[in-house]
Amino acid sequence: MEKKTLVIGVIGADVHAVGNQILYHAFTDAGFNVINLGVMVSQEEFINAAIETNADAIVVSSLYGQGELDCRGLREKCNEAGLENILLYVGGNIVIGKQPFDEVEKRFKAMGFDRSFPPGTPPEVDIEALKEDLHIEE
Amino acid sequence: MKPVLLIDFGSTYTKVTAADIDSPRLLGTANSYTTVQTDINDGLADALIRLEKKTGKLDFCARYACSSAAGGLRMLASGLVPELTAEAAKTASLGAGAKVLKTYSFKLTEDDEEEIRRLDPDIFLLVGGTDGGNTDCITHNARVLARIGGTYPIILAGNRNAARECERILEGREVHICENVMPRFGTLNIEPTQKQIREVFLNRIVQAKGLTQASELISGIMMPTPSAVMTAMELLAKGTKNIPGIGDLVAVDVGGATTDIYSVAEGLPDDPRTSLKGLPEPYIKRTVEGDIGMRYSIHGIVDAAGLDRIAEAAGISEQRMGEIVDMFGENTDMLPYDEETQSADEALASFAVRVAVTRHAGRLEEVFGIGGLKLVQTGKNLLNVDKFIVTGGSLIHTKNTGRIASYGFYDEEDPTSLKPKSCEVLVDRSYIIAAMGLLSQYYPDAALTILKEELIKDGTSK
Ligand code: B12
Repeated sequence: MEKKTLVIGVIGADVHAVGNQILYHAFTDAGFNVINLGVMVSQEEFINAAIETNADAIVVSSLYGQGELDCRGLREKCNEAGLENILLYVGGNIVIGKQPFDEVEKRFKAMGFDRSFPPGTPPEVDIEALKEDLHIEE
Repeated sequence: MKPVLLIDFGSTYTKVTAADIDSPRLLGTANSYTTVQTDINDGLADALIRLEKKTGKLDFCARYACSSAAGGLRMLASGLVPELTAEAAKTASLGAGAKVLKTYSFKLTEDDEEEIRRLDPDIFLLVGGTDGGNTDCITHNARVLARIGGTYPIILAGNRNAARECERILEGREVHICENVMPRFGTLNIEPTQKQIREVFLNRIVQAKGLTQASELISGIMMPTPSAVMTAMELLAKGTKNIPGIGDLVAVDVGGATTDIYSVAEGLPDDPRTSLKGLPEPYIKRTVEGDIGMRYSIHGIVDAAGLDRIAEAAGISEQRMGEIVDMFGENTDMLPYDEETQSADEALASFAVRVAVTRHAGRLEEVFGIGGLKLVQTGKNLLNVDKFIVTGGSLIHTKNTGRIASYGFYDEEDPTSLKPKSCEVLVDRSYIIAAMGLLSQYYPDAALTILKEELIKDGTSK
């Protein structure tokens, strides 16, 4: 089966690099074609990479608490760029401090993210979700 | 003595250079008008007579030529995302010595279709998508090109998964398939495309432009002139097996219509913690500013730098400066004729250099995030380059070349621009750089020796 392509990176002015590396290896080992944009990635960079590589999903990380601000408008820009059907995920420490996650999830859903994940979510959970959403059979 | 003749068929002048490869030295140079409309050999014969008047009769053992006559190598390119594959296509074409008329991104529109038909390029470079990535755009654009028709060759260097389909769409056309200019996201692979462009130039373009008549006389037109300049600059920087080069350099060529900048340097950040953004940069890079030139594009200099600043540098009033600019713009053959127009011309050249080198060089920006300061570099870091080469008619004939060149150096008022901090200025007074690029194809040691001898120091600034 053809490999699915993911664009991953840490959004905004966020420099937390360790989790991004772990995700890169985990996704690659799970059989994805991974375009890793690293840290400090702008919305435009995610979108440009997804266009050229015909990506199936954009997996955004945000660790430093500004995720909500940084992610705002990403879905609209994707639509604008002709990526209406692209899957959008976000995870890490996407908001400041501890907030009830179902609230957070609702807000990110409204922003157009197909799924958002609470702090400490292991990569396996993410991979399962991707397989389900991208209809990948083992 | 073993003299070699080097010919540059320019858009206006045919320049000839004689060099001795036995004991490497420049024997002489001369020029005459290019006569591509009638018989290109007329201008060449005329230039040769002038040359031999200076040098005496020469028995050339070889004759090599480069050309930018008949509009140069006119190319159009199309890619997908402007900052990504479209930029890669442009970089590849410029680096192969082409004159890039326009670079398109995303899907070609009906208006683009009209424009392409009208521009009727020598080569179209069609790219887009990483390997395994987007195929919609490049196949759409192939269909548009098929519809437009024409006889120019098309070089396909996009997503490999779309190459054969594009070839089928373009059936009946001369199509060359190359490796993708961006095989994986964020990587640049432009050499195969550049090699292909050069081949098409040799096999086709030279003929189509009526330059083959000359080829009975000469051992061949080997490359477009900008390519010869790049070859010479790489040789000068890197040296040969036997002779050391002078290291990293920047070269500027301010012409009447455009300004070309070349850099030979890796251009990586000084501080390894700096993060790099944007496309990787080629070691030898050429950029062309189509809006910056001393006559046809004189208003572009004013638009980019501001009339007030240029007038101030020239020491004349803004109003008078404006008049001189208009005068030069309308009379493209006009040379400065008194002290005032001379100062005006030099100030314009200074800002042409500044604007073009600033656009060529990279930037280092400080991003203030939560938790402190981060350095982000885009483009090439030229801060540590310490040789600045100046060529082109409008700069090599003035006295103040060194001072004009220093406008291309690091500027405290624009501290994020990574231009050279302190440079020795070397001037191509005899205008031989392209000729030495040609010569280096066969006699690199001789070409390098002559370059080192003939590029004249004009002070070190800052
Ligand atoms: C090391 C570290 C730093 C280092 C980073 C070095 C580097 N270049 O990587 C430095 C010192 C630079 C730093 C700076 C800051 N940090 Co810090 N940092 C940490 C720390 C201690 C560890 C991060 C880490 O590497 N973890 C290990 C990796 C493997 O885990 P991870 O990053 O969480 O990634 C995993 C998961 O989150 C998940 N994941 C990630 N993305 C996604 C996406 C999806 C879709 C899914 C499903 C899963 C997923 O999978 C990853 C792999 O398992 C954490 C605390 C902690 N223990 O987590 C704080 C922490 C992340 N930092 C924090 C803060 C506040 C900052 C600063 C703002 C502090 C400041 N005021 O100076 C700055 C911000 C700088 C910036 N511009 O980014 C806070 C964030 C708070 C919040 N979000 O509410 C934390 C949580 C500490 C805390 N408890 O307060 N930090």
